[in-house]
Amino acid sequence: MNALKFLFAAYIATWVIHIFYLGTLVRRFKRLRQQMKDLDRGE
Amino acid sequence: MKRLFPILSIVTAILLAYALYEALVVAPADALQGEVYRIIYYHVPSAWTAFLLFFINFIASIQYLVSGKPAAKSATKWIVIAIGVIGVIATFIPAVQQMLPTGMRPSAVATTVILIPAFYFLIGKFFPGDRLDVLAVTTAEVGVVFCTIVLVTGPIWARPVWGIWWAPGDIRLTSTLVLWLIYVSYLVLRRFSNSAQTQMLAAALAVFGALDVPLVYFSIWFFRTQHPQPVIGGGGSMDPRMLNVLLISWMAFLCFAFLVCWSRFRLELLHREVEEAYAMESLAGSVAGVSVPLTRRAQ
Repeated sequence: MNALKFLFAAYIATWVIHIFYLGTLVRRFKRLRQQMKDLDRGE
Repeated sequence: MKRLFPILSIVTAILLAYALYEALVVAPADALQGEVYRIIYYHVPSAWTAFLLFFINFIASIQYLVSGKPAAKSATKWIVIAIGVIGVIATFIPAVQQMLPTGMRPSAVATTVILIPAFYFLIGKFFPGDRLDVLAVTTAEVGVVFCTIVLVTGPIWARPVWGIWWAPGDIRLTSTLVLWLIYVSYLVLRRFSNSAQTQMLAAALAVFGALDVPLVYFSIWFFRTQHPQPVIGGGGSMDPRMLNVLLISWMAFLCFAFLVCWSRFRLELLHREVEEAYAMESLAGSVAGVSVPLTRRAQ
């Protein structure tokens, strides 16, 4: 049982890191799209 | 291409789910470590993927450094061809084979060596000009993510097996940490430097940083380390069913890394496009007598 705790911790940590990184990508995409809209509007 | 992304995303999701099922249910338990050894199915594929991404970053950085310098480009091309040809021939010579560390298979060395010219020419063909730099920053960033996973899952695995989270002074662990730090500093340089030479400086740093990759990989052969021998290419041995699951898991993570790199590549292109548009707007504003503060607008 104790070993399983480490196994699941490693798997969960992996996906937390990946999801966090994907989140930063989505945030950066959104910011750039907003900047493009601003440029189109000439702001 | 836009249609391909969602299709590949679905295929990758299915592959990742299947790899998880294989890793947790199908793969047999290890006789010594029990269930905790299953961390290998995330730890090792992440390490291989990080190495591959840093290798692509290395090739792209070299190509970027020599781009625009025809003599250097031609010389590099011939050096790369020579490395491939001489390297592969050398692995067939018995005297060279004897020099290899115990357990290292000549076929594995030949395969690794042949990848250098193969990647060099493929990257040069598909990523011309500034796209080499975009590819370099993409692979460095995604490589750091995978390397972070290696550094997190490694200690989680070490604690129940070795009894410690980290083996201080262990060459494999330390060189991996140094590798991670080098590429983090590469990303920091790219993020915060505004010099016109940033791309060249970053490419030079990446070339030196990549020298740590073989040190990490070969450290378990050349130094005494607590880290186990590699499961492919020599040294260690593995149940074929376990190896099969490991390869499925690596395929899944490779597909995932490809998709993430694709997104990051598009993001970088978009970012450069927006910066260019702001620069043009700023220039136009200056000409008309209205100056637009570029750095503030581009943030």
